[in-house]
Parts: sequence; C-alpha cells; structure tokens
Amino acid sequence: MRRNLFRITTIAVAAAFAASACTTSGTPIPASSSALGAVTEYQAAHAGGTLTLLAKSAAGSLDPQVNYTLQYWQLYQSMYDGLLAFKKVGGQESFTVVPDLAAAMPQVSTDGKTYVFKLRAGIKFSDGRPVTVDDVVASFERIFKVSGPTAGTFYNGIVGAEACLATPASCSLSKGVVGDAAASTVTINLTAPDPEFTYKLAVPHASVLPKDSPATDAGIKPLPTTGPYMVASYDPNRALKLVRNPSFTEWSREAQPRTYPDEIDENFGLSVEAEVTAVQNGQADWVFDPPPADRLNELGTTYASQVHVSPLTAFWYLTLNTNLAPFNNLQARQAINWAVDRNALVRLYGGQNLAQPACTILPSGFPGHADSCDYTKGGGTTWSAADLDKAKQLVQASGTAGQEVGIVVQDDEVNKAIGEYLQSLLNDLGYKAKLKPLSANIQFTYIQNTNNKVQLALTSWYQDYPAASDFLNVLLSCASFRPGSDSSINIAGFCDKDIDAQMQAALSLAQTNPGQANQKWSDVDKAVMQKSPLVPVFNPKIIDFTSKRVGNYQFSKQFYMLVGQLWVK
Amino acid sequence: MSRTLTTLTGATGPLDTGGAIAAPPVWGSSGPWRDSLRQLVRNRAATACALLFVLIALACTLAPVYATHVAHTDPFRSNISGTTVVDGQNVQVLTQSITGLSLGVTPIGPTWDPGHYFLGADNQGRDVMARLLYGGRNSLFIGLISALLCCLIATVLGLVAGYRGGVVDGVLSRFFDVLWSVPVYLLAICLSVVLLTSGLHLGPISIDAGSLWVPIVIIGVVYVPYVARPLRGQVVALRNREFIQAAIGLGASDLRIMRRDVLPNIAPTVIVFLPLITAINMLTESALSFLSVGVQPPDASWGTIINDGLSLLYTRPAVALAPGIAIALTAIALNVFGDGVREALDPSARLRGGA
Repeated sequence: MRRNLFRITTIAVAAAFAASACTTSGTPIPASSSALGAVTEYQAAHAGGTLTLLAKSAAGSLDPQVNYTLQYWQLYQSMYDGLLAFKKVGGQESFTVVPDLAAAMPQVSTDGKTYVFKLRAGIKFSDGRPVTVDDVVASFERIFKVSGPTAGTFYNGIVGAEACLATPASCSLSKGVVGDAAASTVTINLTAPDPEFTYKLAVPHASVLPKDSPATDAGIKPLPTTGPYMVASYDPNRALKLVRNPSFTEWSREAQPRTYPDEIDENFGLSVEAEVTAVQNGQADWVFDPPPADRLNELGTTYASQVHVSPLTAFWYLTLNTNLAPFNNLQARQAINWAVDRNALVRLYGGQNLAQPACTILPSGFPGHADSCDYTKGGGTTWSAADLDKAKQLVQASGTAGQEVGIVVQDDEVNKAIGEYLQSLLNDLGYKAKLKPLSANIQFTYIQNTNNKVQLALTSWYQDYPAASDFLNVLLSCASFRPGSDSSINIAGFCDKDIDAQMQAALSLAQTNPGQANQKWSDVDKAVMQKSPLVPVFNPKIIDFTSKRVGNYQFSKQFYMLVGQLWVK
Repeated sequence: MSRTLTTLTGATGPLDTGGAIAAPPVWGSSGPWRDSLRQLVRNRAATACALLFVLIALACTLAPVYATHVAHTDPFRSNISGTTVVDGQNVQVLTQSITGLSLGVTPIGPTWDPGHYFLGADNQGRDVMARLLYGGRNSLFIGLISALLCCLIATVLGLVAGYRGGVVDGVLSRFFDVLWSVPVYLLAICLSVVLLTSGLHLGPISIDAGSLWVPIVIIGVVYVPYVARPLRGQVVALRNREFIQAAIGLGASDLRIMRRDVLPNIAPTVIVFLPLITAINMLTESALSFLSVGVQPPDASWGTIINDGLSLLYTRPAVALAPGIAIALTAIALNVFGDGVREALDPSARLRGGA
C-alpha cells in the first residue's frame, strides 16, 4: 500500500497457493496467539466531545470498496466492518485477524479452498436495517462491479472472479460466495488455496455494505456503516464530519470497540505549516500530513509530550531498471547499492529517530526478516557505511561510466532532496545524472510503465497486511512485471526464474509451516539483494502530533493511530 | 510633433516621442546621444543603481573564484554527512537535533566566515553563499539574454508590422493580442512543463530539456508583445512622416528605409525597455525556478535557492532571505536605472522633469 496514493495494480499475487497460514483442517482458525496489545476496558468518563483532525486535502471517494488511501482507511476502522478484522489494539497484536461481522473465525476445508463463516446476529447498518447474508454476498460482488483497486489482486482467487474481472457490470459470484440465509452462513470458495486470504478479508475493500448499494463508485455520497460512526456530511473542499451511528452496539471489543469522541471532524485546506500551528494552539487535535522538516526540532522539544513516533513496516527504496542500460548490468546495480549513503538519506528524511537505514527488502520485525547486509563497508549484518571506492571500481568494471541516467522522484520536499543527493552521487560515480521530479499524483504510475523508460526511481512501499509475500512476491515476481502497463508494480522489471520458484515454494509452504516459510522468505530476500534490482534505503517511522487535550493514544501496526480510541475529554 | 536630428547611423530623421509634446531643442555640440549620457550621469539615483548592478554582476561573475579559492567547496555536490570548522571546532554541516525527542536535522547557519559557510548551508549541506553567487550568474544571464532576445524579436516584429501595415500588421497584431491575452506566468509555466520534458527541437535549433536556454527562450518569447506593441505604434506614426515619405519617393527600398530611417528612431525606446525587461525577466525566471519549472538542479538560480530555503524557513531563514534580498536589490537597481535611461532619452520626460 502506498501512504497517500491508490495502488492500482492488477498483479497476480499469492492467490494460487495453499490454505491460510493458521489453518487447522476442518476447524476454526485460531484468532489470537499473542499476549501483547491487550484489549482495555471502556472508560465511559472519557466519552464525548469533538475530535478535530486536519489534512491538507481530502482523499477522494468515501466508498470503502474504492478508496485506497491510508487517510480514509484510518477512519474506516471505526466506520465499516467486514467478516474479519485486524484487532484494534496497539502493538504487534494489531496484526492479528479476529472475527468481526462473522461470529467466529471461518471453518476452512482440508484442501484450503472453502471458507465457511457464520454471520453474527443483531448487527444493523446505520440506516437501521439488519446486516444479512444477502448483504455479504452482494458486497463481494460489488468489489468487482465498482472495479475495486484490489479486485484483481486480493479477490481474484474467488470462484467466478475471472468472469467478474472481465465483465464487472454483470458480476455474479453465485458459486464463489454462497449465502445460506436460514443457517446464517456465508461460504467462500476459492479456485486455489490462499494462505493470506484472511488478511484480505480484514481490509476495508472487503467491507460489508447494504445489498442495494450502487454498483458504481459512491463518490462523495456516504454509504451506510456498521461501525461506531457514520458520515454526517462530506465536502472534499472543506470537511468530513463523522457522528455516532445510532444503530451501533459493541459486539466485539477486539474487532470493533466502542469509541470515545461523539463527533470526528476532518477539515481540509490548510497548509501543513498552518496545521501544525493549529494543533500547537489547541485549535485542532491531530495532523494527518507529515510535519515539515523545519518544525521537527520544535515539535521534538517544546511539544515532546504531544508527539508519538512509531516505526512502520515499510521501506523506501530505489528501483534500478534491470532491462535498461546502465542497470541491465549487475555490477552497475551493485555499485549503486554500495554507494548509497543510507545515513545521508535518513538525515534528509528527518534524522535517525525518524528512520532506520535498511539493507533488506523485508522491514525489521516483519515476518521473514533476517538481519543481513551485502552492501556495507567492512561487512556485517546491518548497514554501517557506504563504500564509494568499491562502487566506483564496479562502475568502471561494468563499462557503464559516462552513460546518462534519469532519476525520477516525486516533487515534494523530502523526495526532491533525496533525488538531488542521488544526482550528485551518480555524477560522482561517473554517470551523467538528470533529475526528473514529477507530481506525486503521477510519479507512481509513471515509473511503473516501461514505455517511459525509467532507469532509476525513488519510491516506497507500505504493507497491506503482515506477510512477506506482500513485499517480495508483489514487488519482484515475474508475474508482477507487465511491460507497457501503468500497473507493473515490479518497477525494476526484475524476473529471475530461480528466485520466482523459491517464492512460489515459500507461498506453498506457508499453509503447512509458516515458520519454515518465513525462513524461506528471508532466503529469497537475500537472493534478491545479491541480484540488486532494488536499493533499500530506509525504514521510515511515522509522527503523530496530537493536541494537549488528547489522551489514550494507541498505534496499530496495521492501520496506524486508532482514531476512535482517542480521548478529548 | 517631431524634430530633426542626426542619428547614430548618420541618417537624418525625426526622433519620435510617441505623439507627446516634444521637448525644446537642447542641443550640445556633442550630439544627442552624448547629451543623453550626460543627462544620465547627472541622475545620481540612476548612477548609484547602475553601480550597484555592476557590483552584483561582478560578484556573481566571480562565483567560481569564491567557491574554489575562498570557500573551498563544490556548490553543486551534496555534502550531507560532511563537516566544517566553526570557531576552531569541527562540526557537522547538517546537525541532528539532540534535545527532546531528537527529531529533525538542521543545516549549519551563517558563520560569517567567508571560508566556512558564510551564509550557512542548505538541506544538501551545500554552501549557500557560493550557490547564491552561482545562482546570481544564472539569474542575471537568463534575465539579460532573454531581455535581449525579447527586444530583438519585438523590434523586428514591431518594425515589420508597423511599417508594412495591412494584412501583415493584422496578422502580427492579432498574434500579439493572443499572446497578451494569456497570463504571462500561466503561459510560461505551460511552455516550461512541455520544454522541460522533451526539450526544444525546431529544425537546426535543438535545446536539451535541462538547458539554461529553455527558460531563456520561454521568458524571451512571453514578453514580446509587451515591447512589440508600443514599438509598432511608434513605427505606424513614423511611417507617415515627411522624411519617410521622401525616402519612399526617392525610391529607397523598404528594407533600407526600415533599417536606416525607422530603426534609429525607435532605438531609444528599445534601449529604455532593455533594463526594465531585464528586471522583469529576472523576476519571472526566479518565479519559474521557484516553481521548479525554470533552472533545473543541480544548477542554481535565485529562484531555486528560495525554493530550497522554503523548507528551512523556521530554522534557517537566511537560505531563502539571501536570494530574496539579492533579487529585490537587482530589480530595484535595474528599474531605477531604467527610469534614468528613459528620462535621459525621452525628451518629453525631461520636459516633465523640467530638464
């Protein structure tokens, strides 16, 4: 997932393999195994008040099956529900999937291709109508009818999905998603086992909506919700106003806990500088956008008690086009990995407390991650320093010195600063580097399309769900490389048959032995880094700057700050 | 009204005053140009501003000397992890905050030591003073060359349109109208976005996307109507004067009349326009570069340095202030000097001023 943008990819991910990572044949999947991030009791004394959030601009459509931005996904956590949900707690436990509208975790068949859910009784939409089996079935079909951004990647394994992707308007999943109103069950049939299917059911695109919801993007018109809040008004030029859903009663404190503020207002239109000042003055409670670089020191000192810094399972990286000169040469690619001073880039991002140098594709603490670094001066398992001399030798040995290299970055402050550093570095290495800053709205799709002949690009990747395949298989498999398409997320154009086979093996192994599968993923990570199609530069952290009156801050690793759990009283 | 004088080229003709009341003849023995120069030198404000402009231009021209021999730095190379000497101590050019939550990295501020980051560093750890001088070179170069280009194109088009009249005048005048009807910055940004993507390739003319000639051409072209329209008006008035009619009657060719009789009479207006358009063009260049559609990195201009400083306004305002002050001083100097030139060359202005 990209932090601010839709990820419009139609790659074929892990849908072809194995049953859920936690599957026990014919029995419910265990919901939780960790003791961290315990669910806390509701404290009624802190209920009430209006929480005021600020964002530079609105994030587009309100439709939970269409919108693919962190900005609204954070809010959807207290608005919409699917059959399953990521646990709404802080810490590592937030990666755990728990039953939400489903009464329990699904019964999974021994072949891993059939999931049976029992629908929880008594849940109503914000318009007062009860949630039924028909709503669930219609919602899955709607994912395809509205051409949801993950329809072709997350849900293409459902029986009948192929036809729905071909002709969305007439989508029918009569054999893929089968409802039994009498038994109050929903059965989902997959064409092949998918060890990550439960994760995919816990993201907002799998939200359950009324069966009569429009078969097109609802845009600025809000759809009825099941969670604690519903939309009272939405003007993308001014504000989004959420109020309490009168039909909501807490059914699972883990999946959809009661919230504290009576109202949440997200106001748009201020500059980030003005947003920070408003929170400092107590005129607002939180800023969605990253604080400007020149305000960080002030926030970290004068307002330290209001600042929350949390590591993200994400990485910023450079893509080196393996099909275009000079980076179709392995030594030239390795030279860049040796040359990039990760500490310098960390400084440009805001310093060592806002990012950590990266040397692997899988972020630290992520399933499958193992400390390893092939490109650090003096060796070691973590990155310590760049080796410019070695990089220059490799460039000379590759015979690519003197060639022109275009660097494509986004045109915001941090990206452009990193781009200028890279331009300077590549010129030092003997290339003729040109910087091409593009608007954030188009850069991500531009660098994916091979027709644009992008040699080197700076981009970032934020996890969709906690599985190693969401990084390695999505970003670097042969299936993810689609020449000529704006949706070719394998931007480096890397396709190594041996490594691809290793990834498929790891996906298969995940259904029976997740531990061994993760070990395999770390081997894949190492193998990929030796081929050097990417240069991982750092793992970012996020800053949440809240007003003085805000309490009960909790950070979910999956969906970040739990907005509805904040206290303003 | 008009009066007869001997032009620089030796031709005899009237010095047009744009239809205003002509000044009484104040001729010295040395000729009108020298007289105008004397008038200009007597204008203290204009002279002081000319001197200021020359000093700024000279300082900017010496940018490589400053960077190499005084600051010992490469202003186009990132120096994020570098160190420098302040008060005899080695310090990081970009300092990590160590107070509170230790958030943020701040570039070194002005040291007022010419050898070590006189005006501090930008967020790439580059010497702001050195970049300011290099940036000034580009800003002044683009401003001056684009003004020359603009005046050249405008003079040719204004001359042809005004002298030929008829269809030629109609077509050229409508072209000016169309160009004039589009807001300058909007037009310049549109042209920049296109040319910065693919460069300019017109027959034998080929300009690379990142070249300084891209902003020069764009800025030179967008201001053409602002100069060409008044020039055309002057030529239309001149076209009906007796000395032109006499030249036509004597069988002189159009080209000769335009070159020998009309051009010398509109030359003072072009000269007056030159410093004023230079100032406007320099401001436009700075604005385009500030918007990232002018000079491209690693090259610098005063506009790009202000852009760099925007993200450091709270912590290191000098990065944005220094080029801002430089732009303001240069624009003021050129405008006051331009006014002085106008007063010296325009008799009606002298009349109004009581000269």
